[in-house]
Amino acid sequence: MSDVSAPVVAARPRLQVAKLRDLALLPAIVVLLVVGFIASPIFLTGGNLLNVVQQQSELGLVVLGEALVLIVGKMDLSLESTLGFAPALAMVLVLPTSEHGLGLGLPQWTALPVCLLAGVLIGAINAFLVLRLQLSGFIITLGMLITIRGVQQGLTVGQSLASPNMPSLYYLGSAVWFGVNASIWIFLLLFVIAIVFMGYFRHGRSLYAIGGNEAAAKAAGIRSTRVTAIVLILASVLAALAGAMMVGHYGSVTASQGSGWIFNAFAAAVLGGVSLNGGKGTLFGAMCGVLMLGLVQNILTLAHVNVYWIGAINGAIIIGALVLARLTSGKAQD
Amino acid sequence: MNAVEASNITKRFGQTVALNDVRITVADGETHALVGRNGAGKSTLVSMLTGLNRPDSGQITFRGEPAPSLSDRQAWRTKVACVYQKSTIIPTLTVAENLFINRQSLDGGPVISWSRLRRTAGDLLSEYGVDVDPNADAAALTVEQRQLVEIARALSFGAKFIILDEPTAQLDGPAIERLFERMRSLRAAGVTFLFISHHLQEIFEICQTVTVFRDARHILTSPVADLSKDQLVESMTGEAVGLGAGPSRPTPAPESILDIQGLSLDKHFSGIDLSVRKGEVVGIAGSGSSGKVELGEVIVGLRKADTGTVAVSGKALKPGSVPAALAGGVGFVPEDRHKEGFVPGMSIAENATFPITRRLGRFGAVSGRRRAEVAEQMIGDLAIKTSGPEQDVADLSGGNQQKVVMARALSGDPALLVLMDPTAGVDVKSKENLLDAVDRAAAAGAAVLVISDELDDLRPCDRVLVMFHGSVAGEFPAGWTDNELVSVIEGIGESSGE
Ligand SMILES: Nc1ncnc2c1ncn2[C@@H]1O[C@H](COP(=O)(O)OP(=O)(O)OP(=O)(O)O)[C@@H](O)[C@H]1O
Ligand SMILES: [Mg+2]
Repeated sequence: MSDVSAPVVAARPRLQVAKLRDLALLPAIVVLLVVGFIASPIFLTGGNLLNVVQQQSELGLVVLGEALVLIVGKMDLSLESTLGFAPALAMVLVLPTSEHGLGLGLPQWTALPVCLLAGVLIGAINAFLVLRLQLSGFIITLGMLITIRGVQQGLTVGQSLASPNMPSLYYLGSAVWFGVNASIWIFLLLFVIAIVFMGYFRHGRSLYAIGGNEAAAKAAGIRSTRVTAIVLILASVLAALAGAMMVGHYGSVTASQGSGWIFNAFAAAVLGGVSLNGGKGTLFGAMCGVLMLGLVQNILTLAHVNVYWIGAINGAIIIGALVLARLTSGKAQD
Repeated sequence: MNAVEASNITKRFGQTVALNDVRITVADGETHALVGRNGAGKSTLVSMLTGLNRPDSGQITFRGEPAPSLSDRQAWRTKVACVYQKSTIIPTLTVAENLFINRQSLDGGPVISWSRLRRTAGDLLSEYGVDVDPNADAAALTVEQRQLVEIARALSFGAKFIILDEPTAQLDGPAIERLFERMRSLRAAGVTFLFISHHLQEIFEICQTVTVFRDARHILTSPVADLSKDQLVESMTGEAVGLGAGPSRPTPAPESILDIQGLSLDKHFSGIDLSVRKGEVVGIAGSGSSGKVELGEVIVGLRKADTGTVAVSGKALKPGSVPAALAGGVGFVPEDRHKEGFVPGMSIAENATFPITRRLGRFGAVSGRRRAEVAEQMIGDLAIKTSGPEQDVADLSGGNQQKVVMARALSGDPALLVLMDPTAGVDVKSKENLLDAVDRAAAAGAAVLVISDELDDLRPCDRVLVMFHGSVAGEFPAGWTDNELVSVIEGIGESSGE
């Protein structure tokens, strides 16, 4: 009897197309694992794979930010220079003049907060220009990319900055939690939180609505401008956090930190099925994209590919992977 | 108490005055009609009443309280639900999520249960007779399904005041009936409606009060029962109703222009044979699921048939290619004007002259003056309400956009015209202009296919074919009665003709 009252029309629970699309990169990752195994015996060891994730954790945060921005239907190219500028600014403010700082004498603990605040500031400027003044996001954030990098060059006189006595900024990139690098935990944790938020919360879904059809999202009661501004700021903060992690990881901020990363960030997002037209794609896909790029890099290094050719091979492989992802998912990338 | 009261509303867009000191009062519990010709300002008022746009001056109150501030979207949502004239479906999300957009967690908690969402969406869809998988991407919906999803969404809110801006323009007869049934039962439960439509018989069917706008001004508000249809048309147009007898066309020539053989498209139609002669106007009627629109889309190359051929003037068209169809002498009005009808951001003149750009100048250059002349002519012929040929099509009212699409179809002097729901959203008076233009094209030798279930569109046809579930169920020579046609459209009658 109770069966009769069950709704008749309800769609049978079956494999969702969206879910399948998310998994499109898994076969490619498996192929890479096999290739890596053949290329080097070290490849398939726990230590090496964790190393890959750590290598990718900083790019991962940038991709997370960029994917959110793309889903909401915007673009932010300036993330790659925020990655270097934010920690550089923090260090310049804290360090004495003898170590290329400004000698303002800020206490060292302020370094991390200042770094993240720099992210908030850049994101807010982007949001103001793109949303309030309605300027083209592509060209504005490209301009920001160049400007911010230029400010970093100016402040540091083109020098790398390093300071062993700044635990606040160095901690996240160098600490080890439960036997695993903190940056790996941060990377995984942030992605899990974001995936759940975007999948199961109304506010997360509103990003998809805005990216899919902004006028319709507004009509549905979504404050599209506010949400988009928050996303732009969040993306910049994630890039600043990634920058801080890099400082701890590599020990210094170079003048070119993050240079050229935006291609990898976009590639990872698009590989993972995020659309440049907004409204489409998942963060799980983007995360797979990040890991895939990391595996490619790792294999190239382990296989002792000529360093002068690594750039070309890396680019070609990414293009090849984009073609492959297009073929396996059967969906046009846009 | 009044559900909504708007007074002294004025709104300008540049030099266009869209609303000039208008007022409207919708009493609690009534179904209030708002009518007026294309561009009269109806949709502009709707955008003010739903908080998408701010009037330049004037006041709006809901049940005596002043309207919320524009930025407080959530507060507006509690006052009024709306089906806008322009689709607000988000194509990248599933149908289920579109139905519950921005209120996905149905139990009020913070976390969305997708299985529950899908189930509830499935129930809602079946209530409105929409046969789609709630899990499908909304991009895959037909125009009619999309409209039904919008309606189901607006009505399911539990709002006490609902605005419907031309909800029936894209629906077939049974779907309209279902909508009206729902509206009646909601009204019985105390819901107030503001209803906009160009189908005047619908006003008489479900509305109690009617307000007429003309040229951005309020003309009258009156109980529906006190007006005749002619009086209503008169107040909309400002002229006495003259029944245009319609120009009589010469009898069609014997040579056939369009030849279709054995055309089939999976799930939509099969084994269609049809020929249309020079100067002949043939109607194709049928419900939303009859396959008539898909047939039209195959003919013009928007879709590719599985089997069969389409030939125009004796030459087979390359299947699935719109450029080939255009080059072969086809002009068409697509079902979805926003998708295939016009390019937003470009002017009326540019949009309307796409098929003839080559004729407007030499060596690929376009003469702006020639183009403006041609466009002026069309604006006059089709009664397009605009500030001029250079106006952006995106800023036109819905019905006027439809006329631009019609102008584009006619501009190339096509050998074959394929018109899918050509008068959707077009006002009573403009409809005559459009149909007259079709008549003139036919008299000049075009073969015309009118695909529609508007009886007014079909009446001037030399013959009407009725499709039912993908095949031709009947054929009627001119002079049919409404009842016999409708019964075959709905699949309950026998064809009389043939
Ligand atoms: N964004 C805009 N920019 C410029 N003009 C506009 C804009 N929106 C509307 N208009 C103009 O305002 C007038 C009223 O348009 P509106 O859409 O309200 O008409 P309508 O009564 O809904 O007509 P229809 O029956 O065709 O839908 C039209 O002349 C239109 O061109
Ligand atoms: Mg309108």
